[in-house]
Amino acid sequence: MKNIRIIPTLHIKGHNVVKPIQTEALRVVGNPKELALRYYEEGADELIYLDIVASLYRRNLDFELLKSVTSNIFIPVTVGGGIRTLHDINDALRSGADKVAINTEALRRPEFISEAAREFGSQCIVLYIEAKKQPDGSFEAYTDGGREHSGRDAVEWAKRAIDLGVGEILVSSVDQDGTRKGYDLPLISAIARFAPIPLIAHGGAGNASHLAEVIEKGADAISASSIFHYNEISIAEVKKSLSEKGINVRAENSKLSNSPNF
Amino acid sequence: MSIVIIDYGVGNLQSLQKAFAHFGVEALITERAEEIKKADGVVLPGVGSFEAGMRGLKARGLIETVQAVAEENRPMLGICLGAQLMLSKGHEFGIHEGLSVIEGEVVKFEAEQVKEKIPEVGWNKVYPPEGVSWEKSIFAGLESPEMYFTHSYIFVPKEFEHVFGNTSYGGVEFCSVIRKGNIYGTQFHPEKSGKAGLALIENFIKLVQSVS
Repeated sequence: MKNIRIIPTLHIKGHNVVKPIQTEALRVVGNPKELALRYYEEGADELIYLDIVASLYRRNLDFELLKSVTSNIFIPVTVGGGIRTLHDINDALRSGADKVAINTEALRRPEFISEAAREFGSQCIVLYIEAKKQPDGSFEAYTDGGREHSGRDAVEWAKRAIDLGVGEILVSSVDQDGTRKGYDLPLISAIARFAPIPLIAHGGAGNASHLAEVIEKGADAISASSIFHYNEISIAEVKKSLSEKGINVRAENSKLSNSPNF
Repeated sequence: MSIVIIDYGVGNLQSLQKAFAHFGVEALITERAEEIKKADGVVLPGVGSFEAGMRGLKARGLIETVQAVAEENRPMLGICLGAQLMLSKGHEFGIHEGLSVIEGEVVKFEAEQVKEKIPEVGWNKVYPPEGVSWEKSIFAGLESPEMYFTHSYIFVPKEFEHVFGNTSYGGVEFCSVIRKGNIYGTQFHPEKSGKAGLALIENFIKLVQSVS
């Protein structure tokens, strides 16, 4: 079985990492550069960096801040928030991003996905879905940090975006995010059922068992924020716990004695 | 000692430059043939399609430059698409000629055979083929390191002697490292592969130092 990726997500507002709780309340967590470095050192497999207000105010994210955050970490970084043009993607890549996460602009103009995939390759384009459960049990895709309706069914939207050429899908549950009550399993299974590309689940992680549950539903990678930010469980502990359940994860190789004689 | 990173219009070169800077080496990002010709070590990076990559090299008049560097056995590190381009032919969006630095082809990972999602995105182990030693190579000191992959295509070198590392994915073993003398190509991204990847970059720097 392949390795499941463990990915801390940094929600950025201004110069801070914040933690949104179901998009309403915000708490300041800390300094993005310090947190990113800590997660890299602790064995995170990737990082997700989301500016949570750039899209709402139609601003660009702060590329200088991004550059400083990515300057001394050597794992893939996915960046989202206010990405609206190919130029924005290029700026993000030049500031240390390896992939971009697109939500609002893709919903507004789905062909943006194909344009971006053609220019930068599918591997670079991550569809970011913020899904909220509807009274009839279906899920709707939201924009602008879970504030605005799109009128699109989240599961149908995932299918369409795969056809348009996204390389991965990051699915966040607006209802579960910040609750630490577990991932939205029906949401993740509904998309995992057909997705031929990697699926990253976000929203609701409270303990290692929650992660194992959503992996079983078909997630290829796990994103979490609160549990890591507040040191409730370390990345190493999560990996150990998953590995005991028979789930493969990357173990950072501690034995590096490189002194070749050429 | 000088190292250049060839800029032919594809990919995030900053992260690669940053990895060299981590070891105090200022690698120059360039698309100029004269800079590449006088460098002691050359990195050929890249993401994207085979055809776009060759087009990018051709547009800058760099095909013969890279071939000449390889001909002299000067240390070279191809990464992902950059490594694929070192082979003779690519089968992505039609058949395209490569640099032919190492004989072989680049073919699509067959979805029918691989019991996992394609593209492969994530960390996977790299190990030497049976009978091959990593001593005295840029992989010295690394024991089945896990590296970061993102790809749908794989190397198929013509000669077994050019297979320097293998990886298994979805029940299929594929060649993830090619080597010919001082020329190496990796399907994974060392600059994105944490400490193991950095160790490889450091070893490449030592290789360049040893011959410069």
